[in-house]
Amino acid sequence: MSESPTSDIVRVINVSRDYARSGPALRDVSFELRKGEFVFLVGHSGAGKSTLLKLLTMAERPSSGEVRVSGYSSSSITSREIPHLRRRLGIVFQDFRLLPDRTAEQNVAFALEVTGSPHGQIASRVARLLTQVGLTSRATAYPHELSGGEQQRVAIARALANDPFLLLADEPTGNLDDRATHAIFLLLREINARGTAVLMATHNVSMIQRSNLRFLELDQGELRFDGTDTARLLADMRGRR
Amino acid sequence: MRLAFREVLLAFRRAPLLAILGVVTIGFSLFAFGLFGLVAINIRSALRDIEDRVEIRAFLVEGTRDAQVEELIRAVVNFPEVADVGYVSPDSALQRARAELDEFRDVMEGTFLPGSVELRLKDGFRDPDRVQQLAHKLETYPVVDEVRYGREWVEKLYRIRNIAGLAGTVLGAVFALVAVIIIGSTIRMAILARAREIEIMRLVGATNWFVRMPYLLDGAIKGVLGGLLAVLLAWGTATLVSRNLMTTSFFTGEQVMLGIFAGGMLGLVGSWLSVGRHLRQVWREP
Repeated sequence: MSESPTSDIVRVINVSRDYARSGPALRDVSFELRKGEFVFLVGHSGAGKSTLLKLLTMAERPSSGEVRVSGYSSSSITSREIPHLRRRLGIVFQDFRLLPDRTAEQNVAFALEVTGSPHGQIASRVARLLTQVGLTSRATAYPHELSGGEQQRVAIARALANDPFLLLADEPTGNLDDRATHAIFLLLREINARGTAVLMATHNVSMIQRSNLRFLELDQGELRFDGTDTARLLADMRGRR
Repeated sequence: MRLAFREVLLAFRRAPLLAILGVVTIGFSLFAFGLFGLVAINIRSALRDIEDRVEIRAFLVEGTRDAQVEELIRAVVNFPEVADVGYVSPDSALQRARAELDEFRDVMEGTFLPGSVELRLKDGFRDPDRVQQLAHKLETYPVVDEVRYGREWVEKLYRIRNIAGLAGTVLGAVFALVAVIIIGSTIRMAILARAREIEIMRLVGATNWFVRMPYLLDGAIKGVLGGLLAVLLAWGTATLVSRNLMTTSFFTGEQVMLGIFAGGMLGLVGSWLSVGRHLRQVWREP
């Protein structure tokens, strides 16, 4: 598995990704994520955020360069190994992607069932996960009966089901109002405080500014900035508007 | 595995019409195959009956002496194809004819009937080619005037059996292809209907086998049910024919098992192809 005792859990090394139709989506991007870190990923739509997340889940491979996640390398991972990598990642989307015909608890249980968790342990694990995201009272509600914020909590509980070391969140608050956005962000911080690294793609500049955390800024496929200097980010984002 | 079975049951309950359609098509394709199989089997048993009766009769030239007849019989007995040889003298031929054709007794007064040597053939030497060869061999003897055998019958039956076998194979292959395509499309519809679930399965790290298993099982179960349906239909048909037309023989237990197994394999192949083609495409953009 991992060849060095460093605390890097993700290494992106000179990665480019070209699409036959739309041209280059990422150009020579390099960065690392360390264990337990919370990092934002910013950039306008089309800047390459989603492509980067796809590369991290190994749904796609880089055109050149290498992506290393938890000891798996994009240049050597086999299709049999990919599911095992994914169990170590939690993934959350803007549109929640819950199964509409299953209740909140069934949606969470689904992730455990399909990854072969022992049957007897699923119910108690689901209860604990729903408690963690603050949804105990809505366990038997269907997605359409839940608010956007509540649906995202279910999705987060599902993403945490297999105890990931890294949570990838693709604009998790993109469909939520300010209050729900703030609550989801606090929840992600809490999850991060328990030791799970979080990479959160977002448009929300003020959230980044207030938190004073590290962020990666993508612009037309290039990594333009990697650091905590939010003053710069604000100038950048406004300058292009 | 238990989960996979549950998924299959769920799929049957969600789209019962689609499931039934799949089972029925496999059933009908195997049934068509089975009907030709039955025809071939019954022709073969009819042929065996007729083959038992295949005889060659060599008529002898008028005035053949007993010593010559004995010489011919001695030679013929040593042919590897021959099981049995008998001699019908001109007198006994006439007697036999008079007994069998009593109405023509007057006509046969004073007529001459040639003596003949009758050959019965051993098992495995009764196909048209060998019979004809033997007939030609007999004709080379100077005392033999003419050789007769049920040539046309034998050849016709063999031809029918070959055609039935060929038709069964060709139609069976066509129907099998249709069954594979139909099962493939029902599985494809099931996959499309559950694209969200499959996407999430892959997202949270279900193995490829785990994702595929319910669909493969689904196809195989439909195939086996189709096989059972085909056996039932074939059995019903055979029973009807036996009761109303003629006695027919049915498949042996092993052949029935083979048919059901073939159904399962057809279903499995159909779903395998479909699953392989469509599961690769369902990953949406994260």
